[in-house]
Parts: sequence; C-alpha cells; structure tokens
Amino acid sequence: MADVEERVKGIVVERLGVEETEVTREARFKEDLGADSLDVVELVMELEDEFDLEISDEDAEKIVTVADVVDYIQAQQ
Amino acid sequence: MLKGQSALVTGGSRGIGKAIAVELAKQGVNVAVNYSGNREKAEEVANSCRKYDVEAFTWKADISKEEEVKTMLKEVTSAFGGLDILVNNAGITRDNLMMRMKEDDWDDVMNINLKGVFFCSKAAARTMSKQRSGKIINIASVVGLTGNPGQANYTAAKAGVIGLTKTMAKEFASRNIQVNAVAPGFIATDMTEQMSEEARDAVLSQIPASHLGKPDDVAHAVTFLASSSAGYITGQTINVDGGMVM
Repeated sequence: MADVEERVKGIVVERLGVEETEVTREARFKEDLGADSLDVVELVMELEDEFDLEISDEDAEKIVTVADVVDYIQAQQ
Repeated sequence: MLKGQSALVTGGSRGIGKAIAVELAKQGVNVAVNYSGNREKAEEVANSCRKYDVEAFTWKADISKEEEVKTMLKEVTSAFGGLDILVNNAGITRDNLMMRMKEDDWDDVMNINLKGVFFCSKAAARTMSKQRSGKIINIASVVGLTGNPGQANYTAAKAGVIGLTKTMAKEFASRNIQVNAVAPGFIATDMTEQMSEEARDAVLSQIPASHLGKPDDVAHAVTFLASSSAGYITGQTINVDGGMVM
C-alpha cells in the first residue's frame, strides 16, 4: 500500500507548501510541518475527496502525524 | 478591475439580487444567478448580464438544503473554473408581531436567511481557500442592527448574518478571503412598492436623505467590496441607508 503513502505525501506537500523530504511518516503536521488548525481541516477535506471517504471530527482530532493519516486511510480501505 | 472574475449571486432573479448580478456583469464578471422559484425572471437577469459580454447562467437551488447548495457550488465552480465572489443575497420575509408569529414563520426565515448563508459560504470557502483568494458579501439589513416590530424572525436572522460575517472574516482571513456585509435600509423594490403612503411617509421621516434607496445603491457597495480596492476590509457591515442608522 505504498501508493496511499505516496498520495498522502503528495497532498501534504502541495497543501502545506513543504519539501517532500520533510514529509516523513513521523512528521507531525502542526509541530514539524507548520500547519495551523485551518490547514489540518483543509487537509482532511482534501483527503476525503482524494480517497472518497469521510473522516469524522473525532477521527480527525486524533491525526497528529503523517503516519496517522496513512494508517487511517489504509484501515478504511 | 473585476474583469474575468466569477460570481454567484443567490436570490438573483429580482430586486437587490438582480441589481447586484447585472452590476457585476457590467464590471466584466461572469455571473451565476441562483433562484428558487422564478426561472423566467432569473433567465431575464442572465440575459441582461450577457449584454455585457460575460458568461451568465441560472441555477435553481433551495439554499436551505445543504445537498442542493453543494451541487450548485460544484456546478458553478466547474463552469467558471473557480469562484471569486459569493454574494449571499437570497432572503424572505414572514412578518408578524412576535406574539402572533408561528414557528413555521420563524423557521422558514431562519432557514433561508441565516442557514442558507452558512451553507453557501461553507461550500464556497472550500474553493476559495484552495485558491487563496475570494470575496464573500452578505446582504444583511439595517433592521438587523436596530430591530423592527413585526420582524422578530427577520431581524434575528439578519443580526445573525452580521455575526456570522465577523466569524468568517476571522476564520478565512489567513486564506485571503474577505468577508463583509452590506446592510440596506429602505430600498425601492417590489416589497416597498406595496407599502401604503402613510407607512412610506413614516419611513421617509426616518431617513436623513429623505428618499428611498435604489437597488443599484446596494449593488455599488457590493461591487466595491468585491474589488481588490477593498482587499484590506474584512468583517465589516456597511449600511446603505441614506443615513438612517448610524
């Protein structure tokens, strides 16, 4: 499922305007990638569109790192 | 300055919404005219817009239904390749004195005049925040600031719109989306035409300019707020009322 990880990273790079090398699995959106709360909301919406799924607010709150997103999407599929 | 931009005007088939749609077209803006019932009138407005050599089309949607709003925004955005300006103009009245006002009258006005603004802005903000630019202009009313006997539902909804304007302005400022409200006073439309001469005189006595406004007066304020000249103005309510409320 490397595909999911690549797609997620691509979205993160585009949305947050960060370098691809910064987007590691361990990278935290807010602390490491400089995202504010609105960025996270936008990211969640974009992921919903990209992967055609709905991420509840409860689940969205648990998202801290890039790996959290990748694992979440893989679990949903 | 607005040439080539795109706009959606809700409730654009008549009155103030019509004037806004046509004025935007005059400035070179492609316009989507939302309407709820009167397709013919909406088409007339779109035709008037096309005279200024812009793209224009109509879209029927009940803005109090989120699914209909989402579909509308998707269509408008894909037709225009984005959305620069949203004018939340659609509104209804169900006037009655508070003690005689029915729950349905309250709900209908709240659903269209306040919830509709929430749905349309929410859907538009998604596109605008991706673009990192956009203008949302809400048509409020001076009675949302002053209150008005017989309009408990309408005044509450319009006051709500002003509050919502401020919150959206704060939430979206970092995305270069400016959100403002225009609060018309008494504007000569079908609604005010029906007033008795006595009621009209009573209203006029409250207006320092001593005449009713025109839909175009409101439209000019909207086009200013939609322009880049107003890029540093956000969260404000501009009264267009001949000095009635200060």
